Amino acid sequence: MADRWSAGVIPYAEMGYWEPDYVPKDTDVLCVFRITPQEGVPPEEAGAAVAGESSTATWTVVWTDRLTAHEHYQAKCYKVDAVPGRPGEFIAWIAYDIDLFEEGSVANLTSSIIGNVFGFKALKALRLEDMRIPVAYVKTFQGPAHGIVMEREYLNKYGRPLLGATTKPKLGLSARNYGRVVYEALRGGLDFTKDDENINSQPFMRWRDRYLFCMEAVNRAQAETGEIKGHYLNVTAGTMEEMYERAEVAKSLGSVIIMIDLTIGYTAIQSMSKWARANGLILHLHRAGYATWSRQKNHGVNFRVLAKWMRLAGVDHIHAGTVVGKLEGDPNAIRGYYDTLRLGKMSADPVTGIYFDQDWASMPGVMPVASGGIHAGQAHQLLHHLGEDVVLQFGGGTIGHPMGVAAGAEANRVAVEVMIKARNEGRDFMAEGEDILKNAAKRNRALDVALTTWGDITFNYESTDVPDVVETPTTV
Amino acid sequence: MHITQGTFSYLPEFTDDEITKQIQYCLDNDWPLSVEFTDDPHPRNVYWDMWGLPMFDLKDAAGVLMEVNACRTAHPDHYIKLNAYDATLGRQSTMLSFIVQRPQHEPGFRIERQEGADRSVRYTTHAYATEKPIGERYARS
Repeated sequence: MADRWSAGVIPYAEMGYWEPDYVPKDTDVLCVFRITPQEGVPPEEAGAAVAGESSTATWTVVWTDRLTAHEHYQAKCYKVDAVPGRPGEFIAWIAYDIDLFEEGSVANLTSSIIGNVFGFKALKALRLEDMRIPVAYVKTFQGPAHGIVMEREYLNKYGRPLLGATTKPKLGLSARNYGRVVYEALRGGLDFTKDDENINSQPFMRWRDRYLFCMEAVNRAQAETGEIKGHYLNVTAGTMEEMYERAEVAKSLGSVIIMIDLTIGYTAIQSMSKWARANGLILHLHRAGYATWSRQKNHGVNFRVLAKWMRLAGVDHIHAGTVVGKLEGDPNAIRGYYDTLRLGKMSADPVTGIYFDQDWASMPGVMPVASGGIHAGQAHQLLHHLGEDVVLQFGGGTIGHPMGVAAGAEANRVAVEVMIKARNEGRDFMAEGEDILKNAAKRNRALDVALTTWGDITFNYESTDVPDVVETPTTV
Repeated sequence: MHITQGTFSYLPEFTDDEITKQIQYCLDNDWPLSVEFTDDPHPRNVYWDMWGLPMFDLKDAAGVLMEVNACRTAHPDHYIKLNAYDATLGRQSTMLSFIVQRPQHEPGFRIERQEGADRSVRYTTHAYATEKPIGERYARS
């Protein structure tokens, strides 16, 4: 042991960060990293280095370690596996004692786990693939302000996906014209409309003007349909004080929901979640910016990890992929994201890219939102891939309808309801989907025109990121 | 006016056969069904009147439809909905809810605006039907 404390640089593995016999405790935070070591760095040493740099270590031996129960605080890399079919890549399994983390703080958790270590020179690339959050740590977080079940009971909407649309064009509409789109889409049959992520408070439309016109639209549509309606009023701003001010106005105007962008940061998200629970508004999160670090297979943070953090942080909605739309998303990986957000307990499943069993200890589920390039003609595929507890957001697929926004909304609602009906009747709705839609379109002109306009539109590109077990990327 | 609460309000009214298929789907999922009726269709009227208790032990779709029809006979001018419930831990909520009867004429709602300071408005959704007392709403002429 004397060598362990000699001044100088010794391998991380020899400092105690590589412990192949370690049996993880139920209370440990567990991480799986995909590591790509530099040439000549053994994978065990690279795994130990990640464990070290994301817990107690620095680059050299420090005598002050000896003032602590250092073995307790050291993260332990306990397994390293080569990734089949991807030379140079390894999966490293690392355990962290729960004492390393502050209760109820996503910021603290992530400052350790993805703090310094991603720039570490001994690695060419590093990706956090999954995390197991122990129940003991889960219980220190508030979790979703309301969750899927409460949201449905609040809105009085059951048994089908909720439907939404993002107001387009994203930028440039005046508040009055913007509210027109909201009104038409909601009275036509959507449950929600949405501000886009970059609609905050710009010269062409200030936030308070937007809120006033949107709530006129929401209430008009509600009276016209007898159904609860909502518009995600984006409260994202430069400071917490401004966000609280906007949220308070949204509340005073009777909105059922507000939204925030991921760009506001984890702590701001947790603060808004506390506010949303205290004030009874649903909290929608737009994952603005996530793909800058989640998309590449060898570096960054997999979205399934962000999904876990956001469930802890306490959002009610999060965009989680469409499978069939215009944005990146492998079907199996997206199923894993949706399971992560919705299930109470989940088991490791290599097909969907889930590395760990996870028990959420009755923390409510987060409603996933599918948004980006989806339309009524895909109703069967959307139901098949995404299920029922999801918000389907047809932006262009509502507003771009040749007969107008309300007709676009109606087409989407009819398509979804007829597909739910067919599924419940026991029909093979994936195989018969197009016929089911065409039959419904005979009685509904809005749907007929939607199918004629978009029926053939698909976005079939191979995904850049798929679970390792899938040998060839799946196209839809 | 056609209120659009419920899972299938954008589809043509279901026949008894179509209703039976939905009931069967719920029974196959072990979701007991219940029938509720109201003459106040306000979107935030959560507690419609219960047509008996939820049918926890009734596993026969035809039996559930009989209750729907009994409710229709007793309340021919009311809204009636059929609900399915999942008591599973983590859900404990309604899983399907759709309207199986609505009044011949639905007068709908008006919106009341109370103007406040700074252009703010407080909105109230008012059901025309509730201007009459319970029992006299939606009566056929």
